[in-house]
Amino acid sequence: MLAMNYRGPYRVRTVERPMPEILHPEDAIVRVTRTCICGSDLHLYHGMVPDTRIGTTFGHEFTGVVEEVGPLVTNIKVGDQVLVPFNIACGKCNFCKQGLYGNCHESNTMATAVGGIFGYSHTAGGFDGGQAEYVRVPYANVGPTVIPADMDPDDAVLLTDVVPTGYQAAEMGGIKEGDTVVVFGAGPIGIMAARCAWFFGPSRVIIIDHIDYRLEFAKNYAKCEAYNFKSMEDPVVFLKKITDWYGADVCIDCVGCEAEGNALQTFTGKITLMQAGTATALQWAINSVKKGGIVSVVGVYGPPFNYVPIGNILNKGITLRANQASVKRLLPRLIDHVQSGRLNPKGLITHRVPLEEISDAYRIFSSKLDECIKTVLIPSTKP
Amino acid sequence: MNALKLYLFHQLNLNVMNNQNQDYKNIPGWGMDIDPDNEPTYPIKNYTGDDHNRSNYEKAEQQPITIELLKSNERPKPSVVFGTSVPPSGLSGAIRRYAFKHSEDRYRHWIPLILADRVNVWEGIIDDFKKGTIPNIIKERGWKAEFRHNPVNMIGKAAVALTIGGLLIRHLCKRK
Repeated sequence: MLAMNYRGPYRVRTVERPMPEILHPEDAIVRVTRTCICGSDLHLYHGMVPDTRIGTTFGHEFTGVVEEVGPLVTNIKVGDQVLVPFNIACGKCNFCKQGLYGNCHESNTMATAVGGIFGYSHTAGGFDGGQAEYVRVPYANVGPTVIPADMDPDDAVLLTDVVPTGYQAAEMGGIKEGDTVVVFGAGPIGIMAARCAWFFGPSRVIIIDHIDYRLEFAKNYAKCEAYNFKSMEDPVVFLKKITDWYGADVCIDCVGCEAEGNALQTFTGKITLMQAGTATALQWAINSVKKGGIVSVVGVYGPPFNYVPIGNILNKGITLRANQASVKRLLPRLIDHVQSGRLNPKGLITHRVPLEEISDAYRIFSSKLDECIKTVLIPSTKP
Repeated sequence: MNALKLYLFHQLNLNVMNNQNQDYKNIPGWGMDIDPDNEPTYPIKNYTGDDHNRSNYEKAEQQPITIELLKSNERPKPSVVFGTSVPPSGLSGAIRRYAFKHSEDRYRHWIPLILADRVNVWEGIIDDFKKGTIPNIIKERGWKAEFRHNPVNMIGKAAVALTIGGLLIRHLCKRK
């Protein structure tokens, strides 16, 4: 089968690999019909995530058709069209039972701080990902969800990560009616977080980035205010000023470890790797939120540490909330939002690329070429 | 430069009022997921009390361990399922084995893993040559797409690389 293959920072290709096999009685094999490149895949592509081994197949956003199931799989059957949450979750550990499916304790041997994630380095369990024609799906009774018959497959694939992560970013913000919400980062997750924030009743949603075409896209898609931080003297002062010198009620970091905008963070985080990437967006979020406000983090940071103004979290009484999205917990609500027409996930998709052209697809997304927002890869496999 | 920034800052302020969405209550779904319980102290989990049972929860049967599996020393046993992609091998594998002797709290865990990743890149290139494959760096790096969509930048980068390379070669030739 054809699969994406990581060869080092900024180098990927497709190769022929052996078909995945059932390795556990609760496994399934899924033939991939759609798979996306996530913004967080770029952290792997740029060599920022420790224990990303040469030969790994990335991809944690995918839909497909069930081709084979293990003897203990009862919730899905061969032929089902499924969307597969990016979290690999057992459904039995204390964390899964509490709905924390992103924190499963039985899906990652290599690290305890994160549950298993498809195609996201050995730090997230060493699983092959879905940027391939076929993929092994562990715990197939828990994660894979049959796609409703009337759902567009492009909407379905975005329900595996982008929509739940954006929604949970807003949910963790504890937004109250009339609040002002600031979202840092106008990538797919940031745009979705801005759109989903409206479900919680704010009066203003503001998005901050430095790429004009993305800001324009966000403004139209998420009906929010959009500002380019490169045209400001100081984004924190700007945000204070437009909130009556008070600060936002909620700030959401949707950027993570490759943020731009602060020379010291860039030098220590990107050039010298003295910290796990740049924490500029998180720094701005902490410093832009009101006293007693909430900072919600879904931007991905690698281990082991980052420079953030922890003293201001104390002094301002900020609540910091963060997690990998709990996709399975959120799916019923989000499927309802999509089916009722309130959410239009596929509106984010700007590029559809055959799996064979994965090297170009990564470059276009990474370098933000051709006004790229979201790329879907389509394997050519026929049933 | 500062004057320009100041001008842009003022322009931005003028635009703030125009950008505000005054009709926000008509955005589809506005306010329908408001949860009055969702205060900062309200965790997004369904608390069951099972945390106090620690790791004594029901587990599925263990996936057979048929490959070399590096395990975090912060857990007693491997997780029930695990990925079998790319087991450790070669020099990078030796470095990774060293890293996994240390907990996720230690730099001695993460820094060697980053080093192993860089060593692994060269192992990959050597492996390619051993298998008779010459890595197509231009294709793998997606330079065709970069050239198609951003030719000026691509040509600029190539010119800088050629200039630096040329100067380096000239310098080395002079020394000889």
